[in-house]
Amino acid sequence: MIRRILAIAVKELLQLRRDWRTAGALLGMPVVLLLIYGFALSFDVTDIRLGVVDLSRTSASRRVIESFLESGYFVRAATLDDIRAVDGLLAKEAIQAALVIPEDFADNAAALQPTALLFVLDGADSQTANTILGYARQIVAATTPEILDVEIRPPVEAVPLVWYNPDLKSSIFLVPGLLAFILMVSSVIATALAVVREKERGTMESLRSTPVRALELLLGKTLPYLLVGSVSAAGTLFLAWALFEVPVRGSLFWLAVVTLLFLAGGLGWGIFISTLAESQQVAFQLGIISSMLPTLLLSGFIFPISSMPRALQIISTIVPARYFIAALRAIVLKGVGPEMWWHDVVALIIYGALVLLAATARMMRSL
Amino acid sequence: MRAAVGASQEATREVVVSASELSRTFGDFVAVDQVSFAVARGEIFGFLGSNGAGKTTTIRMLCGLLSPTSGKGTVAGFDIATEAPAIKTRIGYMSQKFSLYTDLTVDENLRFWAGTYRVWGNEFARRRDWALNVTGLESRQRALVADLPGGYRQRLALSCALLHEPPVVFLDEPTGGVDPEARRDFWDLIDDLSEGGTTVFVTTHSMDEAERCHRVALMHAGRLLALDTIPRLKKVFPEGSVLEIECADAARALERIEDLPEVVDVALFGDRLRAVLRSADDAQTLESGLRSAGCGPLTVRATAPSLEDVFIHYIRQAGSKAPP
Repeated sequence: MIRRILAIAVKELLQLRRDWRTAGALLGMPVVLLLIYGFALSFDVTDIRLGVVDLSRTSASRRVIESFLESGYFVRAATLDDIRAVDGLLAKEAIQAALVIPEDFADNAAALQPTALLFVLDGADSQTANTILGYARQIVAATTPEILDVEIRPPVEAVPLVWYNPDLKSSIFLVPGLLAFILMVSSVIATALAVVREKERGTMESLRSTPVRALELLLGKTLPYLLVGSVSAAGTLFLAWALFEVPVRGSLFWLAVVTLLFLAGGLGWGIFISTLAESQQVAFQLGIISSMLPTLLLSGFIFPISSMPRALQIISTIVPARYFIAALRAIVLKGVGPEMWWHDVVALIIYGALVLLAATARMMRSL
Repeated sequence: MRAAVGASQEATREVVVSASELSRTFGDFVAVDQVSFAVARGEIFGFLGSNGAGKTTTIRMLCGLLSPTSGKGTVAGFDIATEAPAIKTRIGYMSQKFSLYTDLTVDENLRFWAGTYRVWGNEFARRRDWALNVTGLESRQRALVADLPGGYRQRLALSCALLHEPPVVFLDEPTGGVDPEARRDFWDLIDDLSEGGTTVFVTTHSMDEAERCHRVALMHAGRLLALDTIPRLKKVFPEGSVLEIECADAARALERIEDLPEVVDVALFGDRLRAVLRSADDAQTLESGLRSAGCGPLTVRATAPSLEDVFIHYIRQAGSKAPP
């Protein structure tokens, strides 16, 4: 049994070595995706283009403006004399927000009278608008004592202390999901194509006439890609650490265990698809649709599962990436032990076992 | 006299492949219809028929790749319906589709197929030397199969199916798309195998190849029409009933005789006609008839029937017996 599995696995690696396109896709795609997603898919809002309408023109108003610019979040994109010009610039997206300081700002402030700053926002992108508003509130709150020149002590203050990702950088939040996405897509596609290719070329018929059993073929086909997938995962994590300072706080051992379990499930699913498809094209489409969409949308990669409608939450329980991402965030970002995420591992084991069982059963029927 | 040996000693020889009323249907379509035969050890057994005659379906059932709808079959003493795993370790199979990995080298292919049969170590080294020798690929072990000419590929595919020295080898249309010289080399290899005691079960739609088999089964529309050695199959025609007619206006002669009741079959080959008569006695009347019809100077002589004549004869016979 071992010898036959080995024969198939070695053959698979030899073929992969000559097929530079597939090998390149398996090892290079993760890097490209990491760079694209890591740099482009970011929820962090910086360099906000700010339009400034200073009607007050006092040292107090200049102090407010400076504090916005010094915060590092805002850059001055326009200086206006008339509040009516704001609308046009927002529409053109020349500015994303406008700070309007009324004429009586300094007087009211000096008299400790209620006073207001007008902050105009482009709300078309609600998420970004929310973030900008949060920054603006923080800045104003921080600058108020300075402007009023009094010591303000609010009776109750909420002091935020952000753990695990203190700068709230979205790359750190996204990398575990990205890893799940890359591994799922590449493992499903790689095995699905590896089996269907043999059907297309006719070598499967010869293979079927040999004493090779379904389980041997399945293991011989998946083990090489398990190896390639592990290398790919390690490389992606290393790159994420080097480029985006994603820390690996937890145990590398558990990280490897969880990753291998997840990979095994993905590879099994690829084999399952290969028993349904007769051509590489169909296998590719089935593989992409069944691995990419759920992993992207229903795993908590980008959209939190807790804020999904109930029906989608239920569907997400059969998406293996959901458990992998949860465990990965716990291990990589929080560095917590198995007691916190053992249920995710159990779910991955159940998924992997069911998929491999189904794949073997279907393969036996065709073998 | 090679052909006769297989048949005369059949009774005393060990039966390696047998089928008894073996049938396979796909929905309403009957691919193989109650086929029975027995193949002896060392025999080269030919399955002759056109595409769709049921040759591949029969071979796939015998190799344990397809279960029969009804009937029984054995290969190397094992039941094809229930003991497929045991059969698979004792056969070699060269499918109609090309069965090598073109993106692997000669050596890598040998190593892989040996691995699937658990042939390794010294045994593998010995069998690899044998395979490289019979294929003539000693100096091209590291060549990719994609870069080899068709004849080499075919012999390599055969030797890959023989690395575990199986007692039976099934070859499904093995020489498709191969030039005549390579085809002859391939058949020399098959003769060697047979002399070494390996049973060779081969399908073909080529009459030339069928002539090299010890016994030939004629398959048509899922049914086995006839099964015997070539000389005996040809005895279906009475001595002197197959004529070769050379004449100046062959086309006109064809027109003249094709509807005569005593002519079973006639076909035009260039400037010659080949006619099969109901009996040798009709030859005289046919010749005088042609002379009087003014087809020009002609010669008529009796000739040996070809396998094609035999095949067509049986297909006609089967067709006339079939219900409308």
